[in-house]
Amino acid sequence: MDLAELLTIADTERKKQKSIRVHCCTSTGCQAANSLSVRENLTNTVKESGLSNRVEVLGVGCMGFCGRGPLVQIDPEDILYEEVTPEDAPSIIDALNGGVAKPLQGDSQHPFFARQMRIVRQHTGKVDPESIEKYIAVGGYQSLYKVLYEMTPAEVVNEISKSGLRGRGGGGYPTGLKWATVAKMPGEQKYVICNGDEGDPGAFMDRSVLESDPHLVLEGMAIAGYAVGAAHGYIYVRAEYPLAIQRLQKAIQQAKKYGILGSQIFESPFDFKIDIRIGAGAFVCGEETALIQSIEGKRGNPLPRPPYPAESGLWKCPTLINNVETLANIAAIIRQGADWYSSIGTENSKGTKIFALTGKIRNNGLIEVPMGITLREIVEEMGGGVPDGEVKAVQTGGPSGGCIPASMLDIPVDYDSLSKIGSMMGSGGMVVMDRDTSMVEVAQFYMQFCREESCGKCVPCRTGTVQLYELLAKILNQQGTPADLEKLEALCQMVKETSLCGLGISAPNPILSTLRYFPEEYQELISAYSLNSQVTS
Amino acid sequence: MQPIATGTKTSQAQTTKPKKPTVDKRIKALDIAMKRNRYRQDALIEILHKAQESFGYLEPEILEYIARQLKLPLSRVYGVATFYHLFSLKPSGVHSCVVCLGTACYVKGGGKITSAIEEELDIHAGETTSDRQVSLMTARCLGACGIAPAVVFDGAVAGKQNPETVLKQINAWQSDT
Repeated sequence: MDLAELLTIADTERKKQKSIRVHCCTSTGCQAANSLSVRENLTNTVKESGLSNRVEVLGVGCMGFCGRGPLVQIDPEDILYEEVTPEDAPSIIDALNGGVAKPLQGDSQHPFFARQMRIVRQHTGKVDPESIEKYIAVGGYQSLYKVLYEMTPAEVVNEISKSGLRGRGGGGYPTGLKWATVAKMPGEQKYVICNGDEGDPGAFMDRSVLESDPHLVLEGMAIAGYAVGAAHGYIYVRAEYPLAIQRLQKAIQQAKKYGILGSQIFESPFDFKIDIRIGAGAFVCGEETALIQSIEGKRGNPLPRPPYPAESGLWKCPTLINNVETLANIAAIIRQGADWYSSIGTENSKGTKIFALTGKIRNNGLIEVPMGITLREIVEEMGGGVPDGEVKAVQTGGPSGGCIPASMLDIPVDYDSLSKIGSMMGSGGMVVMDRDTSMVEVAQFYMQFCREESCGKCVPCRTGTVQLYELLAKILNQQGTPADLEKLEALCQMVKETSLCGLGISAPNPILSTLRYFPEEYQELISAYSLNSQVTS
Repeated sequence: MQPIATGTKTSQAQTTKPKKPTVDKRIKALDIAMKRNRYRQDALIEILHKAQESFGYLEPEILEYIARQLKLPLSRVYGVATFYHLFSLKPSGVHSCVVCLGTACYVKGGGKITSAIEEELDIHAGETTSDRQVSLMTARCLGACGIAPAVVFDGAVAGKQNPETVLKQINAWQSDT
């Protein structure tokens, strides 16, 4: 395969495209709402009404508005239908000829869509994730070709550094720096790992990217492999994401068939193969050293760092680990340049970020927005606010993050602003809570999570999370005293400062942030106890 | 290979009619998986997935068999099997109901769904009813947050659930038997 062949495939595919394209979402969320039958009925109706010559029905990846699925979107007129049932199919096709469609017509110009800026999700919801040709038709794999023939590995690393891209998995470590470290390491054998162990409850952007545009991630991995000098990559995916695994397997096979993965990619001397490793349900495996242990077939216990995986990772070889979303940005940066990418976002947080907007909010789903947008814009304009009532807090960063009170909604969403107020970007989950949600209960919910997910290797995390959970339970049972509150805070600091890995270090964040912004809720529970004990004594 | 085949056969014989061919088929599937991975020790997690898929759960004989085939200490195989939540060392029920307790589902009432089922079936999450019909499990996050609260019935994700809809499904399973 060479460039001419790649362009021919793209051209043929574009020519095959029919004038009216009916896109039906086939991602996990919409599949759960019966979207496969919707697609089948739409396909049959098109056939029966003899429109096959100008109308095609395509199964596509996630359109983002998961709360209103199944979604059907029609190009080129950009009509969006929500909560479509299989019975609606005839009326939708009829509407193409001037009839009236039965299902609710969504507003594709709603701020939920209009305020987005799509780089990673540029083609999701438009291309069939199970077809490599469709990916090639929208320019896919041309970035890989470009780096192989027009750039040296050092130039690729330089370009990524210049773009200002930072890790999207939570930590926010500069991606270019990570690449440069691995590239500099001596040794023949190096590895690239794509971290698809998206364990944060309330985050599903990586699932959506893997399900909707698997080739984008494969292309990013191959470019990373070329840049750092690795010939072998692993994608580690949670077993909870069967559809993502299935689509990745298919994508890898298709790419191998075309010679885009495997030996001598695009007839260059560069070899790169990708294997899938499936998790088995352990949150701690999102931590890079634990993930490496898991790929090696062991218990997912984290290891002390240094040595960092960049020096000694998988099978003690230099290893580059990047998150799914990070790798999904690479092809676009190579295509459009570092200068373009770094013009988006804020001074220290470049580009866009995908957030999973969920919880007590009108518009549930995935949004990709430029860094620096305010939380208020996301929650109130795009999300449409809380259905009945008002926002009390927004939880970002999952069990490692914190709760941001409604009074602080005007902060810009970027790495530094979020950590300054005691939360974090995390992988991008945003759970909106209203007045009915007890913040102490939320803290307990996360502590229960961390208690159960602690791998048990280091003492502060193993026993600290249990004690923190018990203390919270005591306070919630209105048995807590002011001394317990002090103990809670002191223990939080201890666990934070002495744990081995990120799980323990960040486990107290939900408690610390709720203590900081909602102290009255803790106080109320504690004074309830003092009142009770006075009455009984 | 011998011990498992006989071990499974006896336990099968006690409950139902002997199913000699299926036992062999399941072992065969496991053998193929190990061969495909060239008996590599780092493929342990894939092998355990395959074993669980074929046998429904990981009984001690299976773990011993895998340890022997991959030339790993049994402690290592047992350690991995018990570390990861998705591996089960106990048999599960005919039907499975997994309630998602990720944050979005929790905020929208996933906990209430779990309590309702626990009360209805008189079991705790992670347990199976005494008639082996229904297993109740909870999940960390299915990534189906847009349609929270989500419940998985026998592998199919259902969104926007509430205690009534879930109990209806469970009662339907029970009346089938």
